[in-house]
Amino acid sequence: MGDVTRSLTLDGSEQGFATTRTDALLGWARKYSLFAYPFVTACCGMEFMALTSPRFDLARFGAEAPRFSPRQSDLLWVVGTISQRQGPVLKRVYEQMMDPKYVMAFGTCASSGGFYDNYTTVPGIDKIIPTDVYIPGCPPRPEAVLDGLMLLQDKIARNERRPGVVKPRFDPVQDAHGLVQLRRSATDARDLLPELKEREANADREP
Amino acid sequence: MSQIVLDMLKERFGAAILETHSQVGDDTAVVEPSQWKAVCAFLRSDPALDFDMPIDLCGVDYPNRVPRTEVVMHLYSISKGHRVRLKARVGDEDMDGAEIDSVTSIWAGMNWLEREVFDMSGVRFRGHPDLRRILMYPEFVGHPLQKTYAADRTQPLIPYRTEDEAGMPIQKIEPFGPDEGMPFGRARILPAEEN
Amino acid sequence: MEPLDVELDEGELELPADPMHLNMGPSHPAMHGTVRIVLELSGETIVKADVQIGYLHRGFEKMCERGTWAQVFPYVDRLNYVSPMLNNVGYALAVEKLCGLSVPERCQWYRMALGELARISDHLTCDGAMAMELGAFTPFLWFVKAREMVWDILEEETGARLTHSFGRIGGMAKPPSQDFKATCVAALNKILELVEEGERMLLKNRIFIDRLENVGTISRADAVALGWSGPCLRATGVPYDIRKAHPYLKYDEVDFDVPVGTKGDTLDRFLVRLGEIRQSKRIIEQSLERMPDDGPVNCDAAGVVLPEKAGVYTTIEATIQHFKLIMEGAKVPAGEAYSYTEGGNGELGYYLVSDGSGTPYRVRIRPPCFQITGGLQKLIEGRMLSDIVPTFGSLNMIGGECDH
Repeated sequence: MGDVTRSLTLDGSEQGFATTRTDALLGWARKYSLFAYPFVTACCGMEFMALTSPRFDLARFGAEAPRFSPRQSDLLWVVGTISQRQGPVLKRVYEQMMDPKYVMAFGTCASSGGFYDNYTTVPGIDKIIPTDVYIPGCPPRPEAVLDGLMLLQDKIARNERRPGVVKPRFDPVQDAHGLVQLRRSATDARDLLPELKEREANADREP
Repeated sequence: MSQIVLDMLKERFGAAILETHSQVGDDTAVVEPSQWKAVCAFLRSDPALDFDMPIDLCGVDYPNRVPRTEVVMHLYSISKGHRVRLKARVGDEDMDGAEIDSVTSIWAGMNWLEREVFDMSGVRFRGHPDLRRILMYPEFVGHPLQKTYAADRTQPLIPYRTEDEAGMPIQKIEPFGPDEGMPFGRARILPAEEN
Repeated sequence: MEPLDVELDEGELELPADPMHLNMGPSHPAMHGTVRIVLELSGETIVKADVQIGYLHRGFEKMCERGTWAQVFPYVDRLNYVSPMLNNVGYALAVEKLCGLSVPERCQWYRMALGELARISDHLTCDGAMAMELGAFTPFLWFVKAREMVWDILEEETGARLTHSFGRIGGMAKPPSQDFKATCVAALNKILELVEEGERMLLKNRIFIDRLENVGTISRADAVALGWSGPCLRATGVPYDIRKAHPYLKYDEVDFDVPVGTKGDTLDRFLVRLGEIRQSKRIIEQSLERMPDDGPVNCDAAGVVLPEKAGVYTTIEATIQHFKLIMEGAKVPAGEAYSYTEGGNGELGYYLVSDGSGTPYRVRIRPPCFQITGGLQKLIEGRMLSDIVPTFGSLNMIGGECDH
């Protein structure tokens, strides 16, 4: 018969069958029942309001319920610019939350300070608290925020703590075929110009 | 707009009105700082003028001339519909003597406006009930809207996390330079400050 | 233990009591903008309140001095971020006043229509959020649905839902799109239906009315002395609307009323905003009717308006003009100007100081809700703790504008 536990372990996992399944169960439960603490300061708050509206509907992700006490929430939405004056407040709210806790930097100002490169803005909340998902945009479209939320849910399910950034769905540089692409080396040039290839092949053949 | 305001001011205060103009239609009077409160009281109480609404108060920094800071006040009269701009120049190079009377007793709305001018430009208001910073935090040193204050000089309240603490690089990539690489064509009032 | 029927002096029963200090912190669900109110409470009654703003101070005025005149538009959008188009138009008018320019007629109607759409969005957000904080979640969702329709139109026109940066000195970034008039008219009817549904839900509700009526009352004289303007001032009975008193663009050629309240309490402020949505709808419909379908949107001034891209890629004059406008900025004549428009919250003023170069010397915004929030302390002192929520909500303090 052999060792039942060893033969049923998942890839990369050192624990046995029961523990890994528990982790997966906990991850599933956590990701679909996030209690949010909306730390809303600025314009991104308007898009946050739109997120909870029926069109974009945060409720279907299970992340709608706002808990206005950090003790009762596990997801900190940092929505909008954090000024230097607000920094200690944000840190305090973060420290009051209990593990496992996740932080979403909603908007460019929360991710990197935005275009407010001045004496009064914190250049990104990761200077103060660790962040899990960065959602760029000024303000980001609600669809981008939902992408960020789904990315966070993936991370929770896999128990992955490395930060992630939401990328645009359609990257015009990579995906568009009508656009001319930058040729970074002679190899690329050769691929694009068949005659050049032929000329080189002929040159090799000549003595 | 309406010359009546400037005429009455000049008639009543004579030499205390240093200059007047009506560029682009805005009646402006530059007032001797010692007569600031008297001028405001007159504008408020005179029935022909009746300036009952305080619109704005701000400070503009001209570091290349003495006096350095210009306190600019805008007033409006709801019943008469006319406006006026009053200016007073205070302060020398190091902002010594940058003081002017507070007009909070004349218009209650000037309370916060004067706090903001103090916070941003460094002008003190004599007789203000509660002169403290309003937009910046109390630990902040300096007055941001002065031209000598570099725009990107931060004074963080809590120290930023380091790369070791975060486990990944989190410092922002330096911009090209003080003007993001395009210094020409922009008027430079003062040389760039070191951070 | 003493027997209960012993005669005791009143004074002997007094327990020592200090007032309670409560901090309604900068991160609070009922705080629309991010503001901190430090309260001294005696039971539920507020003895003293200290309203502390500045938690969203983003250095707008300092940032304007580091770019060109046209680079101020994105910053200006983020001031009153629920009605960004009004900020754009206000700033463009201020710079045009200093330059002595006037935009073509088509642009004036277009600016009016977009500005009034932004005003509708502002009032919907304010009233919706106020209702939500008092427990009425459904009208909030209806108003946000109406706001989505406004944002759809603005997205079609400007490319962005919220922060458009669509205004330009001397005109707008692009001319109106083909379907602008038709979609606007259709959407406005639906928006009005939703507003009426929300009103039916709220204004017949005894609890809602009781929480708003006679709460946060201010007198006319006090409001004027504080520098209030806009819907908050009109709720006290002063019929001061800049669109009527000092018309700009084409406001003197359209027909609309100005809703004015009587008592200056929170209910009046709520109703004045709802009334203004209807008036804005009237203004938009008239503007769209009268807006020409062709003609330039930008004025002809080569010193401030960017040339056509086709010219930029083919002729040298247009290339140089484009280059100079982008790199050095429009050269606005030296001097100073104060220009004011009716923003979502009241008199939105810009005081510009120019030294003749392409970089602004000083851009000062006169934020309407700065003055209005200055009056908050007076409104809540002496009232109960739960009155802060509707009072503060009705003032519509937008953090970006108040803290600039």
